[in-house]
Amino acid sequence: MDLKDWFASRQKRREIQEVITQPLTTEEYCALWKQCFQCRELLYTRDLRTNLDVCPKCDYHFRIGALDRIEQLADENSFEELDADMRSSDPLNFFDTEAYTKRQDEASRKSGLREAVLTGLCKIEGQTAALGCMDFGHFGGSMGSVVGEKVTRLTEAALERKSPLIVVCSSGGARMQEGILSLMQMAKTSSVLKTFNDAGGLYISILSEPTFGGVTASFAMLGDFIIAEPGARIGFAGRRVIEQTIRQKLPADFQTAEYLLKHGQVDMVVSRNKLKETLARLITFHQGAGTSANANNSSENSNGQGSSEPKPLGARN
Amino acid sequence: MATDKKPIPLEFEQPLAILAQNMDALEKQLSDNPELEADLDRMQEQYNSLKRSLYLNLRPIDHLAIARHPQRPYTRDYFSAWDPNWIELHGDRKGVDDAAMVGGLLEIDGIKVVAVGTQKGRTLRDKQHCNFGMPQPEGYRKALRLFRHADKFKLPILCLIDTQGAYPGIAAEEHNQSQAIAENLMELAGVTVPVVAAITGEGGSGGALAIGVANRILMLEHSVYSVITPEGCASILWRSNDKVSEACQAMKMTAKEILQLGVIDQVIKEPLGGAHHDYQAVAANLKAAIVLQLQELLKLSPKEVRQHRQDKFRAFGSFR
Repeated sequence: MDLKDWFASRQKRREIQEVITQPLTTEEYCALWKQCFQCRELLYTRDLRTNLDVCPKCDYHFRIGALDRIEQLADENSFEELDADMRSSDPLNFFDTEAYTKRQDEASRKSGLREAVLTGLCKIEGQTAALGCMDFGHFGGSMGSVVGEKVTRLTEAALERKSPLIVVCSSGGARMQEGILSLMQMAKTSSVLKTFNDAGGLYISILSEPTFGGVTASFAMLGDFIIAEPGARIGFAGRRVIEQTIRQKLPADFQTAEYLLKHGQVDMVVSRNKLKETLARLITFHQGAGTSANANNSSENSNGQGSSEPKPLGARN
Repeated sequence: MATDKKPIPLEFEQPLAILAQNMDALEKQLSDNPELEADLDRMQEQYNSLKRSLYLNLRPIDHLAIARHPQRPYTRDYFSAWDPNWIELHGDRKGVDDAAMVGGLLEIDGIKVVAVGTQKGRTLRDKQHCNFGMPQPEGYRKALRLFRHADKFKLPILCLIDTQGAYPGIAAEEHNQSQAIAENLMELAGVTVPVVAAITGEGGSGGALAIGVANRILMLEHSVYSVITPEGCASILWRSNDKVSEACQAMKMTAKEILQLGVIDQVIKEPLGGAHHDYQAVAANLKAAIVLQLQELLKLSPKEVRQHRQDKFRAFGSFR
């Protein structure tokens, strides 16, 4: 190494150090610029959005909300929301350091959503599909009664219309504040998926950063296809819980999408800009297969508390 | 199967234990001074009334303590009490036999069932062998193959639940714990034979539910059923390990509360002080309830029994 190189690399080292110590300060600053969590590159928010919230430099996939996800997957203006007004009640009168109802309001204020999942019917490259998108930004994407009910109704809607079902998962698990009723949502969603499955319906589950706990251990892992986003952390128990239980450090790539792929748990890892195309191809491939032959024996299960009238997305308050 | 050992007193039972000790001491002196007889009677009375009031006013965390009592009867105790000649079946047929999940064929009052249940283990070596009652994915796959067997031969399914939850570990994640649980939920919802589940101790989270999708769900009086362990809940919501009692209270996890929420169908009485005081009595109570439920469910056609189960779970939830 000659002196010039040394100076050059010193310069580089300094740059790296500066970038790392660069704090993410005020909200306005954050709104304009975002720093990549992985490569620390500063990204202009608008450019980042046009790139589907994927870092152009290192391909890091940022977490995105349900509305953005719908915009990315559904054809323009094709999404009609189901059960837009459904809200959770407080069956346990739960109170930890704050009342559950207060926490709900706070979550809604932060996320701009009523619940941690948006469900509805849409078109994906011209083909009808039932689409559910979870939002980690609302209450950690946790599954309470409403998330369970909305996913169940969405499945019933897909069953009724014989359309494929797509659910984008992003959740910390079951919602503790609804206690045992949250746990029962795991059984409820799995039970309706059994009916859907027996009727020959196509279900594609997409696992995005992060998917854990009760959601992974129910509908997220029951897809005919399970697609994970690059870098997404997916698992049953959280990393910290496992580390505490076994009292040793875990490998860095533990529970990432790539790790799951290596261990045969997901069908593929698909980057965000290829996701819509992949979904469309999978749906086309299975068109006309399955549904007609054995749909009659269980389709009667879809009656009852079925879905309310679809509402265009703009109709939400 | 009865324990010859004296029940170990729990923390909240200490006043009772101290009183009992004093009485023992007094009884020893009884031969020397017979006038103590009256005192002893009075103490006995006091003991009985204290015991009754203690067990009538249990806090949720006391129920948890009883549910976790080291002498509490476990799945194998119940199985061998109900059918001493029960046939145990091993393995998931894919490479592993998980000792935390026990399965086999039982005949209870003339009804043949396929039974599975989680097993905690009694001695230290036993506990390690059973992984403290926390099944690996292979345990759930073992249960699943037994469910399929039951469905094929039209045998009712009986599940006994006593687990803190599915095991959180590296191998468990690598072998896809979540998929194992999810598949059980889905397949158990779809079997066309009656399913009865009973929570005999701890019903912990998805690991319990994976063998709990049943037409009828029973709970022993002092058992608990929750979405997460109270310790987990306290550390996440309160960020503190000494708020376990508050977490127990807030989550509404006792049998009585779960019954009020409509998630279970029946609470089974336990002997005063908990199941560990009288194995025979609790086994008999539980057996009677299970037989009754099975007899009722056996009247339904295969299609009806599946529909009944799916409708039951379809209705769970609270929203506006």
